Amino acid sequence: MSTSPPKSSTRPRRVALFVTCLVDLFRPSVGFAAVKLLEDAGCTVDVPPLQVCCGQPAYNTGDRATTRAIAAQVIDAFEGYDAVVAPSGSCGGMLSHHYPGLFDDDPAMKARAENLAGRSYELIAFLVDVLGVDKVAARYDGAVTYHDSCSGLRELGVKEQPRDLLGSVQGLTLREMKTPEVCCGFGGTFCVKYPEISNAMVGEKSADIASTEADTLLAGDLGCLMNMAGKLQREGSTVRVRHVAEVLAGMGDQPAIGEPERS
Amino acid sequence: MSDAPNDARAQILGGIRRSLRRGELSGEARGAVETRLADPPRGPSVARGQLPQAEKVALFCQWAETLNATVARVGSAEVPGEVSAYLARNNLPANVAMAPSPLLDGYDWASQKMLSIRRGRGEGSDQVSVTGAFAGIAETGTVVMASGPDHPVSLNLLPDTHVVVLREADIVGGYEDVWGRLRARYGKDLMPRTVNTITGPSRTGDIEQAMELGAHGPRRMHILVVRD
Amino acid sequence: MESTAHAFKANVGHALADPNLQDSLAKLKVGFSERRRQAAERLPEFEALRDRARDIKNHTLAHLDFYLEEFERKVIGLGGHVHWAPTAADARRIIAELCQSVNARTVAKSKSMVAEEIALNEHLEALGIAPIETDLGEYIIQLRNEPPSHIIAPAVHLTKDQVADTFLEHHAKLGFDKRLTERNDLVAEARYVLRQKFLDADVGLTGANFLVAETGSSMLVTNEGNADLSNTLPRMHIVLASIEKVIPTLEDAAVLLRVLARSATGQESSAYTTLNTGPKRREDLDGPEQYHVVLLDNGRSSVLGTEMQDILRCIRCGACMNHCPVYGAVGGHAYGWVYPGPMGAVLTPQLVGVEEASNLPNASTFCGRCESVCPVRIPLPKLMRHWREREFEKHLTPKAVRQGLAMWSFAARRPALYRRLTAMANRVLALFGRADGRYRALPLASGWTRFRDFPAPQPGGTFHARWAKRKS
Repeated sequence: MSTSPPKSSTRPRRVALFVTCLVDLFRPSVGFAAVKLLEDAGCTVDVPPLQVCCGQPAYNTGDRATTRAIAAQVIDAFEGYDAVVAPSGSCGGMLSHHYPGLFDDDPAMKARAENLAGRSYELIAFLVDVLGVDKVAARYDGAVTYHDSCSGLRELGVKEQPRDLLGSVQGLTLREMKTPEVCCGFGGTFCVKYPEISNAMVGEKSADIASTEADTLLAGDLGCLMNMAGKLQREGSTVRVRHVAEVLAGMGDQPAIGEPERS
Repeated sequence: MSDAPNDARAQILGGIRRSLRRGELSGEARGAVETRLADPPRGPSVARGQLPQAEKVALFCQWAETLNATVARVGSAEVPGEVSAYLARNNLPANVAMAPSPLLDGYDWASQKMLSIRRGRGEGSDQVSVTGAFAGIAETGTVVMASGPDHPVSLNLLPDTHVVVLREADIVGGYEDVWGRLRARYGKDLMPRTVNTITGPSRTGDIEQAMELGAHGPRRMHILVVRD
Repeated sequence: MESTAHAFKANVGHALADPNLQDSLAKLKVGFSERRRQAAERLPEFEALRDRARDIKNHTLAHLDFYLEEFERKVIGLGGHVHWAPTAADARRIIAELCQSVNARTVAKSKSMVAEEIALNEHLEALGIAPIETDLGEYIIQLRNEPPSHIIAPAVHLTKDQVADTFLEHHAKLGFDKRLTERNDLVAEARYVLRQKFLDADVGLTGANFLVAETGSSMLVTNEGNADLSNTLPRMHIVLASIEKVIPTLEDAAVLLRVLARSATGQESSAYTTLNTGPKRREDLDGPEQYHVVLLDNGRSSVLGTEMQDILRCIRCGACMNHCPVYGAVGGHAYGWVYPGPMGAVLTPQLVGVEEASNLPNASTFCGRCESVCPVRIPLPKLMRHWREREFEKHLTPKAVRQGLAMWSFAARRPALYRRLTAMANRVLALFGRADGRYRALPLASGWTRFRDFPAPQPGGTFHARWAKRKS
């Protein structure tokens, strides 16, 4: 058992993992890291098979009807779990902050959406704020810098929780950027609809990352991480990019995002 | 000349009411807003201005100096001498345009043999003005000027240097205290033509966001805080 | 001014390629946000004041007709005049007629975004009346024949050297034929040139930060003192304000003032906060003989009661643009009209049409920094999303985006199909050289790979495929 004892006996036991589309397709290790962290904290983790996407691509494009249909599907898929946890502030925020507003004209669905919202969490905030985890048994030899992804930070208040847990990782030192809270320019479809602006934003971010002289960049959202990793690698940077859950779960030794598989 | 055709007025007010899905306010709803207007509720109280009078005065001086004014704390007999001394210290001419106010007339300007005083409104050529102040706000080191025959607004704006004579008793905590004094002096709902609240000298950040003093109004503001 | 909001993408290209602009924006990004943060920290009541400011504006909007009538009654009672302008054209006509009634040749103008909105300067010039911008930033861009790029710092896109060149070009004929290098010399030269124009002006025209219904006062907040010279020296003072600027009482003004300057520039207080109430009194030694307030609607009344109503709370502090990473990358001119940044992305489609300004509410990552600093807590990302919904309903969303979304949503609503497609995508991506761990180019993803490598999927299949194996 690598985590501290739970704060209360009423903590959620049966937890559903909301994998997120990007983790599913590009970086399953983030999902397995999340499962490990949750199981280490005493949860039983399930991955409901009918889950797909939280609906943000449609929601942020203004397609409300499709968003509602997808939200209804998610609400069905996650019925009955004590908690729904996503390794992403953006998808977690979609479930907990945006779903209820989609059903203002449908009281029955609104009640179900509010019920889901009330038990949906971002992974690291769930570990710290709900389960009372205050340390992990992991080692990572390196200097890391942590980027605050926007939805997690501003919708869900994820700020100190990842830093607190990273503080317990052996061998790890944290070096803050000058502006860790400024958007990296990913923004979902934004980065392909307005590539020049997105590039200017991520270029500024990579300069801030470089100025810390950290060897590793961490964050809690895979979209932001892929954007920043792609930019750093195009610039020839040697900074490795990982999801914070991977490092906290002691899985920081596998190839970083965008790195080739070691043979 | 067209003086607000009634149909334009009706069009705007009617549009507002249509959007708010109601007619002209009446009955209880109207009573509630009329009451709010007659007895204005205050916002959250700002603790830093709520101090005993002596500390208010000190806070006023501290903020005024932080925000680029200079302050001299003087007794009332020292006012004319401090004005002359300030001008001399800053190599300014001993000519001032002074507000024709009974407050300022109460000081012994004749004691300053070298000081030449013109009473009246401000002119474009004035170098230095001397005015009183209706109040001072401790929360931000702000002086408050109420226009009138004893205080032409142009004296606050045209000269390069503005010397303000402010009595300690007129220093209050926040804006709300100033509004109370204005209502007491002019009547509820009534105001002098202009109330200038001024915090430090004129400034601009319009070139590369770097603050430069003396944009259009005075480059220097010197406040004499006069003991009661 | 003529909108170029439709050309947003082209405007962005120019902005990103302009080294002077990028230099200026680099300063803006650190300066304003750091000063605001410090000012907010110095005032423990700041968050409570923001809540109260929001509530005051909401209360006022719900009773807007009442407070406007009350304001009008007070202004008239003190010998002033109120003019109601449903449209921009009405406001232009009213102001021109007022100027002509005193045979005005020059108008000393204090910075007014509403005057930009109604394109007042062009109108006055066509009638032979010279508008003189007196705010230093506005004066600089008037000389350069440029629109403002920021609602409180109109020349923030320019460097000191550009200002020096502009002054040399325009002031040489006045005898200032030395190119200046110091900021304080530039400020002093502008002060000297503009002082005489103040003294000569027939009309002073200002905007208003607030109109106080209780007293019939217009309230102006500036640092330079130019608005005060404009409302004191000329014989006519015209206040041009939009209808949502009215607030109930002086107590409400106290709340709003405490959040305005701190949000805008991080100052404890602007240098000048002035209440003007009616014309010169009989015994006053200075002040204008006539005092007029022009109340502009220009579509605002139709925003009331809609999902966009919250934007009418805006007090034009500029904090949203100071903290916006998109504004920080491209500056204000790229937005193509009067109001840039997040508040502009919400307001501009309302005022010039969503067809013209369709890009603006889309050019946001919804990072939420604007909402987090807004002194009246306008949910700007939510309002931008409402515009995207209207665009989607009106079929204004680009065809490629709609088609992509339709295909994606077809799959996303069918979990079994989605699983098969992601597993296939995982395999297909492997064909493009996963050995490198990333791609330098990918079909259909040029928007990404033009500037960034694209990380390859981890080998071993999707999470769901691997999870199913682990469970079996």
